[in-house]
Amino acid sequence: MPGPPQIPSEWWGETPCQTPINPVRSWVCYYSGIWPTVPGLAEEPPPIRPPECPFAPADEPPMAVQRPEQQRIVITGVGLTAPNGDSLAQFRESLLSGRSGVVDYEIRYFGKTLAGICHFDEVKYQRRKEIRRGTRAGSIGIYCTREAIADSGLDWDNVDRSTVGVYVGTTEHGNVETENEIYQIKAYDYDCSYWSHHHNPRTVANSPAGEIALNAGVTGPHYTIGAACAAGNAGLIQGVQMLRLGECDLALVGGVSESIHTFGIFAGFSSQGALARHDDPAKASRPFDRDRNGIVVAEGGCMFVLERLTDARARGARLYGEIVGYAMNTDATDFVLPNADRQAECIRLALKRAEITADQIDIVNTHATATVSGDIEECKALRQVWPGGGRTRFNNTKSFIGHAMGAAGALELAGNLPAFDDGVCHPTINLDSLDPECELPGLVANQPQQAGQVEYLLNNSFGMLGINSVVIVRRI
Amino acid sequence: MTAAEIKEAIVDILSDIAPDEDLSGLKEDVPFRDQLELDSMDFLDIVMELRKRYRLQIPEQDYPELASMNQTVTYLEPLMKDL
Repeated sequence: MPGPPQIPSEWWGETPCQTPINPVRSWVCYYSGIWPTVPGLAEEPPPIRPPECPFAPADEPPMAVQRPEQQRIVITGVGLTAPNGDSLAQFRESLLSGRSGVVDYEIRYFGKTLAGICHFDEVKYQRRKEIRRGTRAGSIGIYCTREAIADSGLDWDNVDRSTVGVYVGTTEHGNVETENEIYQIKAYDYDCSYWSHHHNPRTVANSPAGEIALNAGVTGPHYTIGAACAAGNAGLIQGVQMLRLGECDLALVGGVSESIHTFGIFAGFSSQGALARHDDPAKASRPFDRDRNGIVVAEGGCMFVLERLTDARARGARLYGEIVGYAMNTDATDFVLPNADRQAECIRLALKRAEITADQIDIVNTHATATVSGDIEECKALRQVWPGGGRTRFNNTKSFIGHAMGAAGALELAGNLPAFDDGVCHPTINLDSLDPECELPGLVANQPQQAGQVEYLLNNSFGMLGINSVVIVRRI
Repeated sequence: MTAAEIKEAIVDILSDIAPDEDLSGLKEDVPFRDQLELDSMDFLDIVMELRKRYRLQIPEQDYPELASMNQTVTYLEPLMKDL
């Protein structure tokens, strides 16, 4: 750290810290990110940093979060399967070319409906016996994890697996297997002696993460995070926290969903009046559109390799981005109806932790699922944080693939990560007639937009029981 | 069912339980678990499939009788002769 600084005179008075400050405090602020208590001055850290700090290292982005490097967590690998792509490159290409993954689908008892269905190569990382033994969620998780590990360039054979943690978000787990068993024993007059001995290992809540750990030989901690449709973000946040705590040295994180294989989820959304219907499957998922009529359920998964920046740099890893902010909170107001005020609070908390302002976010991936009230409430929250006229763009991934439930947060973040490199914001599609209550300045409708140099992505994922999650990733 | 038909039925069950295995060279006098990658859960699958397909309730104390193909056919023949 350099000696006593030559602080520009304009930083002494009214500064970007928006309060008169003394040189000692500004020196600490600008160089270390620490904001000490100084008698007579505001307690809060500066809401924004100087646009260009002349004392910052040349290769450091001007508004970097100044955490110790051991506490800085980066994404170094991505593996995914979505209804419109089985790799990040395919997925991104679909998002930029407007290709939907929603198709006609039929499931027992419920009948004909629509769904996002994945087509990844199941036997790429599993034997057929293992697929039979496990669950669809497990297979999705294994494929995504192994793809992420391969993408990370890690010398996996020589990784100490006892220091690896597996943290997987799920919206629900076990419904598919339980429905299957009840369906099977119906043929035997519900005689429970025909109930499968595989049922319990398939339905324990840690099952998808456990299957991943078993397949990848991970002997560190593994568990799932049940977080409704915020689960993908929650898995990622858990990994960040565990790395910062030193509970693991490498985290395999993300979310998975097998929900399209349970008739109950379709029947449940239908009974709620929240299941999408459309003659053209590709047009069924239409967030923010006046004619939206509900959710398209999708399966899918996305797993990330997370590492400390120090470790990633030491091995020369590709850095997809740094997770600089996150937040989770709870509405505490309703089982299913969202709460815009709590969502806005969650977003603001994530921004505060990232030490940036809302206007610094280049792209917001909205959670919007194409339900009437859900989209309106999220837009209210977004308008609270971004009152308008700013540079921030808003998009939506569910319009392409439907709602991948526990995988949604992770998948939707992944689909936006390439924007750091290509500077393009993918759109929300099927927006033919904007619902006036969903009006958002900066909403990218139907066609991709050039966004210039993208520095920050913000990813919303909200879920039932009022669970909200936000993740902010910075270009690095 | 004849002994040959029972053997065919067992091979069919094994092909479902162990779909990656080549069963063409299965030795009939060698325990399944010595020549196939089968664990205890897989073995229970054999029992369950016999129950589901042929309504055979095999008591737990008789499980050792299903160790090899020869043993299994010998054990099942009287139980399946009228099927």
